[in-house]
Formats: sequence, structure tokens, C-alpha cells
Amino acid sequence: MENEAGALSRVSGLFSARGYNIESLSVAPTEDPSLSRMTIVTSGSDDVIEQIIKQLNKLIEVIKVIDLNDGGHIEREMMLVKVKAGEAEREEAKRMADIFRGRIIDVSDQSYTIELTGTVAKLDAFLDAIDRNWILETVRTGASGIGRGARMLRI
Amino acid sequence: MELTGAEIVLRCLQEEGVEHVFGYPGGAVLFIYDEFFKQDKVKHILTRHEQGAVHAADGYSRSTKKVGVALVTSGPGATNAVTGIATAYMDSIPMVIISGQVPTPAIGLDAFQEVDTVGITRPCVKHNFLVKDVKDIASTMKKAFYLASTGRPGPVLVDIPKDITQHKTEFVYPEAVSLRSYNPVTKGHPGQIRRALQLILEAKRPMVYTGGGVTLSNASGELIEFVRMMNFPCTNTLMGLGGYPATDRRFLGMLGMHGTYEANMAMQECDVLIAIGARFDDRVIGNPEHFFNPARKIIHIDIDPSSISKRVRVDVPIVGNVQDVLQEMLKALNSSRERVDAAALESWWKQIEEWRSRDCLKYDRQSKLIKPQMVVEKLYEVTGGDAFVTSDVGQHQMWAAQFYKFDKPRRWINSGGLGTMGFGLPAAMGVQMANPGAKVACVTGEGSIQMCIQELSTCKQYHLPIKIIALNNRYLGMVRQWQEFFHGNRYSESYMDALPDFVKLAEAYGHVGMRIERPEDVEGALKEAFALEDRLVFMDFVTDQAENVFPMVPGGKGLSEMILV
Repeated sequence: MENEAGALSRVSGLFSARGYNIESLSVAPTEDPSLSRMTIVTSGSDDVIEQIIKQLNKLIEVIKVIDLNDGGHIEREMMLVKVKAGEAEREEAKRMADIFRGRIIDVSDQSYTIELTGTVAKLDAFLDAIDRNWILETVRTGASGIGRGARMLRI
Repeated sequence: MELTGAEIVLRCLQEEGVEHVFGYPGGAVLFIYDEFFKQDKVKHILTRHEQGAVHAADGYSRSTKKVGVALVTSGPGATNAVTGIATAYMDSIPMVIISGQVPTPAIGLDAFQEVDTVGITRPCVKHNFLVKDVKDIASTMKKAFYLASTGRPGPVLVDIPKDITQHKTEFVYPEAVSLRSYNPVTKGHPGQIRRALQLILEAKRPMVYTGGGVTLSNASGELIEFVRMMNFPCTNTLMGLGGYPATDRRFLGMLGMHGTYEANMAMQECDVLIAIGARFDDRVIGNPEHFFNPARKIIHIDIDPSSISKRVRVDVPIVGNVQDVLQEMLKALNSSRERVDAAALESWWKQIEEWRSRDCLKYDRQSKLIKPQMVVEKLYEVTGGDAFVTSDVGQHQMWAAQFYKFDKPRRWINSGGLGTMGFGLPAAMGVQMANPGAKVACVTGEGSIQMCIQELSTCKQYHLPIKIIALNNRYLGMVRQWQEFFHGNRYSESYMDALPDFVKLAEAYGHVGMRIERPEDVEGALKEAFALEDRLVFMDFVTDQAENVFPMVPGGKGLSEMILV
């Protein structure tokens, strides 16, 4: 979409006005500073998804919309999770981070902050795998996606 | 030469060929109003409420092909305009609304008469702009007019802070504007058109269903040619009336919740449905599950892809400008000379005539009380079927739609999508300003007319000789009808108590007032009113309180499950 003030508001307003569900949303400028790219994770029947795409296309700032599910694509999300890392948990926390190929980016005597990147499912799996009581804080960016190979979203 | 922002706004309006702007001044727009005073190319009409200004610009646009323009101030001016903007949005009317805004350093600080106009109107405009730099005014205005009038039309709002109207810059009006993110499709896909024509020619029981899109696309001529050439039955939605001549026998009447029996039955029973510039609104199709019929094939021609398969799955969607698509179809049909199976068509028409013989719009013509249907019929006769008719919302609106036979588009002006009470009188003002000398009638109810009654003053100031046909049944009629049918006659808050003496009220505003209480006086009164070509006449018709609008498709029921009189 055009990288203009209010563009994000228009999209989120559209979703709430028409009762569509936003599971996550991430947006940032592209290599062309006049354009920004937004990735929205939503769910609904085929008819609803078709309407969502048509309504998004109707917005004046939206230049192009694709449904990544229509073909091969890669999905990535980043998560920062602060876990308890006292005497009892420290070693296990480090092991978990290694297994999931996360990196510990902050250390204190009571906590580790782990940076994890992967599919939404992988991040969910990490949170399921470690002991719920150990999780102090999580912040997720929401998924971003890109088509595989020659499949591109360009204007 | 350097001009101020306010001067640039006026120059832009002149460049766009705008002749009339409806508005109401205020602090944030004082510099713009100063510029209006200094020139005479663009005429400003002062209404008495911003809602009146926007509805007037709306009626102005609907009755011509022009973009309607309104000017309001910040804060309460903008919020008063919202109802009018939403009305235009729901009916896809091309309009540009200029609103003042507090100076840029004050934005976001809860300034005097500040509201987030762009935020508030975002869901009910086609697009809106906040101009933060005087250098952007010209290109923004150009974009606004372009967006308003192309593709699926709609209202566009331009919010201009007060200090921006004082800053100076070189004025250059762009030759053309292009938005890389906006490219409305006009020509239909030739493959889809071919598929549609194939389906049409195989039809045994075809039906043409058209709406406001035919009027907005100025495609009435093409529609008439198509329907007559193929000898198909045709129905219009409330928004499409006049797109096909109502006096032609191929016209089955309006369809939908208060449509005719024959139109609704034909819609239900047809095997090929050709939808042109209409959006399968819930007032039209009734219960969607009941409407669904896998044996019926639907062709849908519309300029807006999001209207296609939104409520009803269609078989052959054609995205494009209605006029262009119809022209392509006519070209193909004219050269191939193919037509549908004549025997099947004849037997379909026989069935339709059988439905028509039900005479679903009949009413008691012997009554000692004034029947509202009779007033509309007399209005039709006295005006030769050629007037501009605006209306408010409710039973009177349905009777006007059922009984005034519109043969031309852009004659029937009403709020279909949003159903805004109060629309009728200001819209009639806009229609009269755009069509001086024409007969303009506003069919209204005693409830609706009170919502924007202050505009009687505007009519006096600008000498607008509108004829107000108030069907006064002392009830909010449509609400009362639903309460009678579905809420056990519990008439909660639908009785109009403490009504004014409308004759005295009209005279207080400097107009002519009439009160008509007997059926035998109706025709004479109408003739007398329309003979007063330079006076506004307020006609208070005291009508039968018990009258209901029939047919009616109750909420949740199917089209063929109509209640008949």
C-alpha cells in the first residue's frame, strides 16, 4: 500500500467494521520508502476470504493484495520471551532455547530473554514445550510472509 | 503568482466547473468564505443546517450528472454533515465535501471545535484527505473530484486546516491525476460477456433486474434497447426506478420487500437472471436461503467487484461499467440476430400476465378518507409523470415508488441505502437549484418533514418553488405497520403527538400552506399548487391512518412469501 498516514487505520477499520477477524498484523515500509507492506493473518470461510480481498482492494491506498495460501510461500514470525532462569530452571531453559534454535539475548541472575524466529506453529510449540510457570513475558511481532521463487508481490 | 490556500480552493472549484456549493460558515472556514465573497463564478447556497447542505448537494448530483459539492466548518459542522455523507456513501453518489479543520499546530490538542473528521468519516466515505501543506491543496482537490466521479462513485471528504488556507504558494492545477493504487475497470471481460450472452440465449424464463448502477452509468438508453430487443421482463430496485420506463408493459414494477407480486414471483421463478447495476440488497432478495436456487443461473454486471457474489453466488460475473458492457452486448446481439426460444418466452409472459392480474397494488378507491396511494396517483397525473420527485423515508416513500410511474432516470430522488429521514426537503432544494423551472415535488410524511424543516427558510431565500406533498397520517407509518404485523399492535412511540399546524408553519416561513381533508379536494388542490409556479406550497394531506403498504415480504421470509392486501 501507499506509505501514508492513516493507511493502517483504514485497514483495521475495514476489518472491525465488517466483522472480519484479525489474528495478527504486521506492517513496515519496503525498500521503496513510498510503499509499505502489510501482512495480515485472518481466518474465515472461502466466501469471507474472497470478500476480504475484494474489500481491501477497494481501499484507495491499497495497490495490490495477494493471498499467500494460493501458492508456495514462507512464513516467519519473531518472538522475544522472558523466562525464569533461576537455579532450578537455568539449564533446562538454555537447552530449550538451543533445541528451538533460539538465541539468548539478555541474561540476569533470575531470567533469560530468548529471541526466537520461525513459523507461527514453531513459536506456539516453544511456548507449549516449556513450563508455563516459567514464562514471565512474551512479545510477538505477528507473521510476515513472502512467496517462494518467482512468486512476487510487486507493483 | 502566489495565492492563499483559500484562493486556491476557489480556483480549484472553478477549474472543475462547479457552479453551486451548499454550505454553512464557521470559524475554521472564514478565509474560504472570504474568497467566495470576492468572486461570482461559484455560487454559494446558505442552508440552515449542515445536514441540509450535504443532502442538497446530494439531490443536486442525483438529478444531474455532476459532482455535488458541500462546504462545512470544523467540529460540529463536520459531525452534522456525517448523516448526509453516509447517505451519499450508501447510494454511491459522487460528491466532494470540504470541511474546515483547526490550525495544524492545534490538531490533537482538543482545540475549540476540533474533531477527528477524517477518523469519523473514514467508514462512510469513498476516501478522505487531510491537507497538511498548502502546496497539496490543488492536487488533493483534483484527486477528490476524480475519485468521487469515477469507478463506483462516492463521497470524498477534504479536510483543510485554517492556517493552511492562509499560507501562500504558486497555484498550478494539475492537467490529470493518476493514482497507481486506483484503476477502476470499465470494459467488461470479452470472454465473460460471451458466456453471459450464451446463457441469455438459452433462457426459457429470463428476467432483467436493474438498480442504481444503470442511472449512475447513464446507461438507461442501452438498457431500454436491450430489454425491448429481447422482449424480456424487467424490474427495478428502489434506486433504479426510471432506468426503464415504468409505463412500458415489459416493466413489472419495483421488486423486493414492498415490490409488486409479479416482479417478486418472476424474480423467484426465472431460470436466467440478468442483474445490471444492482447489488442484491437484503430489501430485495428477502431470505437468502429461500432465494437460493441452483437451477437459476445469474449473470451480474457491476463496476464494483466487491458487490459481486457478496450475498448471492453468481454464475457469470462481469466487472465493468454498465454502459460499456451493455454496449458490447448490444453490438453482439445486433450482429448475430439470435434470439431466445419464442415459444418458451411467450409462455413465460403468459405466466407473468397471470401474476400481474392479481392487481397487488389495489386499494379502496371508494373510501371517504384520503388514501395516500390516491394522492400519489393524482400527483402523477397533475405533473404529467414528468416531475422530479424526492422523498423521505417510510410508508410514503414506498407509495411514491409504487404509484408514480417514472419513465426517465434521475427523476426519482430518495435515500435508498441508508434510509435517511429528513432527506426529502433539502434534496428537493438541490434538485430545484440544478433544474430551474422544473416541477419538483417532495413526497414526505409529517414525521420526516420535521427533521430538516428549517430548510423552508433556505427555500424562501433562494426562491425555490418546491411542492411539498406531506402524507399526514399522524403516525410514524412504517414503524406502526411493523408494530401492527409483528409486535401485537403495541404502538410504542409511533404516534406523532403535538403536530404543528403545518399551514401556519409554512406561512410563517413565507410560503403557501394548504390543508386537504377530503378525497374530492385532492386533485383540485394539486392543480392549484402546481399552478403557483413561483411559490413553495406545503400541502398537508390528512390521510387514512390505518393504511398499510402492500405487498410486503416480512423480515426473514422469501420473496414469494409476500403478504398481500
